[in-house]
Amino acid sequence: MAGLAIFLGAALGFAAVRFKVQEDPIVEQIDAILPQTQCGQCGFPGCKPYATAIANGEAEINQCPPGGEDGIHKLAELLGVEFKPLNDEHGEPKPKAVAVIDEATCIGCTLCIQACPVDAILGAAKQMHTVIAQECTGCELCIAPCPVDCISMDTIQEAVATWKWKYPVVQMKVRA
Amino acid sequence: MEMEIPGGANESARMSRTLYEFNGGVHPDEHKQVSTSRAIGIAPLPKQIIVPLSQHIGQAAKPLVGVGDQVLKGQRIGQAEGYVSVSVHAPTSGTVTAIAEHTVAHPSGLSDLCVHIAPDGADQWITHAALDYRNMAPSHLRNLLRDMGIAGLGGAVFPSFIKLNPGAAQKVPTLILNGGECEPWISCDDMLMRERAGEILQGAAIMRFMLNSDEVLVGVEDNKPEAIAALRAAAGDCGFPVEIVAVPTIYPGGGAKQLIKVLTDKEVPSGGRSTDIGVATFNVGTAYALHRAVHHGEPLISRIVTVTGNVHRPQNFEVLIGTPVAELVRLAGAVKDDTSGYLMGGPMMGITLASTDVPVVKATNCILAQSPALFPPTPPAMPCIRCTRCAQACPADLQPQELFWFARAKNFGKTQEYKLFDCIECGCCSYVCPSHIPLVQYYRYAKSEIWAREKDKKAADHARDRHEFRQQRIEREKQERAEKLAQRVSTKPATVDSDSPEDAAATAKKAAIQAAIERAKAKKDSVTPKNITDLPPEKLQEIAEIEARRAKIREIAQQPVDE
Repeated sequence: MAGLAIFLGAALGFAAVRFKVQEDPIVEQIDAILPQTQCGQCGFPGCKPYATAIANGEAEINQCPPGGEDGIHKLAELLGVEFKPLNDEHGEPKPKAVAVIDEATCIGCTLCIQACPVDAILGAAKQMHTVIAQECTGCELCIAPCPVDCISMDTIQEAVATWKWKYPVVQMKVRA
Repeated sequence: MEMEIPGGANESARMSRTLYEFNGGVHPDEHKQVSTSRAIGIAPLPKQIIVPLSQHIGQAAKPLVGVGDQVLKGQRIGQAEGYVSVSVHAPTSGTVTAIAEHTVAHPSGLSDLCVHIAPDGADQWITHAALDYRNMAPSHLRNLLRDMGIAGLGGAVFPSFIKLNPGAAQKVPTLILNGGECEPWISCDDMLMRERAGEILQGAAIMRFMLNSDEVLVGVEDNKPEAIAALRAAAGDCGFPVEIVAVPTIYPGGGAKQLIKVLTDKEVPSGGRSTDIGVATFNVGTAYALHRAVHHGEPLISRIVTVTGNVHRPQNFEVLIGTPVAELVRLAGAVKDDTSGYLMGGPMMGITLASTDVPVVKATNCILAQSPALFPPTPPAMPCIRCTRCAQACPADLQPQELFWFARAKNFGKTQEYKLFDCIECGCCSYVCPSHIPLVQYYRYAKSEIWAREKDKKAADHARDRHEFRQQRIEREKQERAEKLAQRVSTKPATVDSDSPEDAAATAKKAAIQAAIERAKAKKDSVTPKNITDLPPEKLQEIAEIEARRAKIREIAQQPVDE
């Protein structure tokens, strides 16, 4: 019995070293659910750090406004925890938007370029800057550093190409 | 189940084909004869033409003209963008008045980018000529068809040049022309087959050549005997073997997958395409458009449209793309007073039009005016009783009741497991549902939600990549700077002993700055400005004073501020 215990212990010990998982896969899985806006509203400097914090039990699952209720449901399902409504200390979900630079006002200070987490702003010192709309995640991080307040958020309007069928609202027969 | 189609003795050779059945299907009232009593009318030139740049599946065309440009009939005004796309053309000659948003035939009722043309009345063509398609590189021919805007006219408007690519096998053995036209009220394909059967078969000849097909079948529902007769008469002298097959009338027998099953007993695999099983299917209208394009050099600028329902004179018209629906309805003797709305397409799969300002597009097979008498409102929905009548009616062999439950619960993963994307949205399930549940609406909702989520997921992955790349870049730049600095320090003997790397870096930086200052000073001292050599002494005195002030300022500036 003792021999078996020693053998199994050794086997487990060997397995722990031999098959060590390099990166915590749960972090990757959580990160895959997060919307990757990199907006920092959760209180962490990006989606990956927030994912790591959730995995380490240092953060709640309801701190991501862009992910919305849907994201919280997915996280709850993944982690096997109870769903919690979005913590409004971290902000409210907003319709998708992209940053727009008023090119006439821009002084070319590059502060927004340095703030953009996904390199979606193009420009150089003392040159006009512009937002590459397709790359913009709508994180709003460029708005605060702008010294001349020339950046605004434009809500993405519904178009034929992006329109979605609505959830059917069915009138049920009312019993007389 | 197999069955023999009865036929005359002289037709026995042709009628020997064994037909098969697909599961499900329904028999709604046809209402087709309403619009087949009059020949195809040629719609006159409308006062205004609005050509949407996105009329096909895939990416919208890119406008090629500007406001104020004069365009000729058949001139390309929108260029295909990306692979799945086709060009759009001016349907008549005139002036481009705007390139602006306009309400289009779309279930959303939203606007899309359109080229607005004011016709000049001359209807003057560009120079165009027949294509020598047999002596042309196949890819060149396909590109020409893409530039001529040829897309499937059966309803899906899929770019035809893609389907006309025989692929690696260099062959698609079976070519099927779809003359099923199973949807109630619509008769545009029927009338086209009756009146222009020869031209349809000439189009089929081009398809047969491009796909290197062995057999050509034309499937027509047996409720169109005139069309079948016309096609058979034309088949005699079309110059290649073609079989005109009358198929049983059952909705949705004109669905591509259903027609393939009936004619060949082959089933298109789930998520696959018909070419996977060696079959290519084209609508008869597409064959006609291909004939016009190749034999006459005419791009796709018009089509046959059925105007029927609650109108005084239901009829089929050959209509220029871009004609407002309102003008078309006027041609059919205007609508009756109790008209409650308009559908584009038929009652089973059609979409409700937001207004009659919307232009006719390549997909417009029918304009159906509705009235409460012709189309009584659906009774309120009641709960699903799990009778599974929908499953019996489903021509795609799905379980509509399960799909409904999952779509309603927004359990999209399950809907995909139950093959939601094999649903052709034919509406048979809703048609038979005793609880009047708008089932198709749920499937459409689930499909578009899944597509949107996939798109979001892709965007998120893209953002993650860009963010990670940025982090890496910043890290790399930091490291490079540190390395450069370290290199400079190593070339100079260190004067202060450094315990920590930060100190070393700071010292190195200071040393580098000092060295630079000294270099600059030495350089400056070695050069005497030429313009002060012969100045009066008072000027020199002044300069010396200024220099002294400067030196003092420099001294002040060099004093450490925060130490």
